[in-house]
Amino acid sequence: MNSTTPKGISVVKAGPLALIQDGGRFGVRHLGVTQGGAADWISHRWANWLLGNPLESAALEIVVGGGLTLAVECPTRLALVGADLDATLDDAPLAPGTSFTVSPGQRLAFRQPRAGLRAYLAFPGGLDAPEVLGSRACTTRERLGGLHDDGQPLKAGDRLTWQGKAPGERRLPEALAPCMPKSGCRLPLVLGAQAGHFTGRSLYQAFNSAWQVDNRADRMGVRLLGPPLNCRLSGMISEGIPLGAVQVPADGQPIVLLNDRQTIGGYPRLGALTPIACATLAQCLPGSEIHLQPVSATQACETYLALLNRF
Amino acid sequence: MKVQPQLSMETVRLETVAMDSLMARLFDSIDEQNMAWIMAADQALREAFAESLIDLVPSYTTLLVHYDCRRLNHSQARARILEALEHLTPADTQAGQLHEIPVWYDPSVGPDLPRVASRAGVPIEEVIRRHCNHAYCVFALGFAPGYGFMGLVEQALATPRLDTPRRKVAAGSVGIAERQTAIYPLLSPGGWNILGRTAVPLYDYARRGEPLLRPGDKVRFKSISRSDFEAQGGDITPLEER
Repeated sequence: MNSTTPKGISVVKAGPLALIQDGGRFGVRHLGVTQGGAADWISHRWANWLLGNPLESAALEIVVGGGLTLAVECPTRLALVGADLDATLDDAPLAPGTSFTVSPGQRLAFRQPRAGLRAYLAFPGGLDAPEVLGSRACTTRERLGGLHDDGQPLKAGDRLTWQGKAPGERRLPEALAPCMPKSGCRLPLVLGAQAGHFTGRSLYQAFNSAWQVDNRADRMGVRLLGPPLNCRLSGMISEGIPLGAVQVPADGQPIVLLNDRQTIGGYPRLGALTPIACATLAQCLPGSEIHLQPVSATQACETYLALLNRF
Repeated sequence: MKVQPQLSMETVRLETVAMDSLMARLFDSIDEQNMAWIMAADQALREAFAESLIDLVPSYTTLLVHYDCRRLNHSQARARILEALEHLTPADTQAGQLHEIPVWYDPSVGPDLPRVASRAGVPIEEVIRRHCNHAYCVFALGFAPGYGFMGLVEQALATPRLDTPRRKVAAGSVGIAERQTAIYPLLSPGGWNILGRTAVPLYDYARRGEPLLRPGDKVRFKSISRSDFEAQGGDITPLEER
């Protein structure tokens, strides 16, 4: 293919939410700019790995599916990792965790979640999109990034392009393929921040109760339902919020803050989920159950570095 | 409010807040005099961490240090923060810049002017005069790109947030909540009491990575006429929606 003609795929039907995401926006939190980036960063990285891309290249984060339909305009190879959204290439089912070739005229469709919530579709060399503040991550509330740098999700008529050549096939070793969380999964949490101000009973309940993922869940935060947790602190001065922070507002129901969280806030926090736990939570459907499990920062970091070394 | 003439290392606390983040807590209460210390700490931490820093978020009394855990472990990061904060001396330059922000105060773009005036028991003109009568300190950036939390508004004008936040507040809206004041950089939902609107493009500055307002800066609002506001490129369309 002539290198001056961009290769393309067009959006026939948008579905509820598909966003261009890369590794996120860093070095800008002090401007009040959120992190963004793939919520399940592990699946996102494996999708890029399957195509030999730099691991944080811009790819598509497809939430739920909901009829998203893409029309292929040129032959290439794509990779799909993460949630099973009942995806098809024409009539053939597409298994997550693989790369596959596509031809002009074929259609990719994503229907509904069968396991997990977010699927990542990667393109050779990464999707074209304007870089703003060092990233292509699409953050809707801030109107930053994405295809047109206006923070908007994909819409019908949009055309996705990329610059890389179709790579050869690369397979994901089965043992490494990210599996979607099962109900009752354990999410490691580094205790800290205002944890010492919660009552002993609340700390016990935090780690010994089943928490239900509420339907009030998005890229900003995921609300958990369970026994109300009590903090003795009343009125906090706003301070910076890390990824995965578990904040507990007055109603005692925790909110786990994810990639599109506000940069500062004033609710007491139990600590923060590890980045791996955040990726898992981003795949949990509303209604599923999770357990919080305390972990030390050092131990969490060892697990995290071991995962990074697998790529 | 207690004045903090000196920062003592005994009062600095370091707290684990995430796998790869530590909170340096310098003060316990909001005070304009904190800010020179916070910004001196900001600079010292940036220099000390250099390539190992992922993000640094200063706020009213704290700095959140997000470090690269591929380069530093938790105890190394802790040691580096303590080392950087020892012998901290705020420079004059860290006291920040003074910005004059022109605002068109009018009920059509400042729908809460009457509410603030009636609560304070003064005419609208007096609310405007008093809001312009102080150089506010920028304490923190957050909520939206380039949104600066400023204060302190004089007690008489202090007004609680709206019971029901508006679904839309126009870009450039100037509002107050309790004793804080701020400018909305872009169209967003919001619960602050809106007094007027500025044409200063705060969001554009933030998008370029060069925010107009930085923690430690001072802001003085200046009341301008509708024609001046329009000449500066201001949008006079009422936009506020409940």
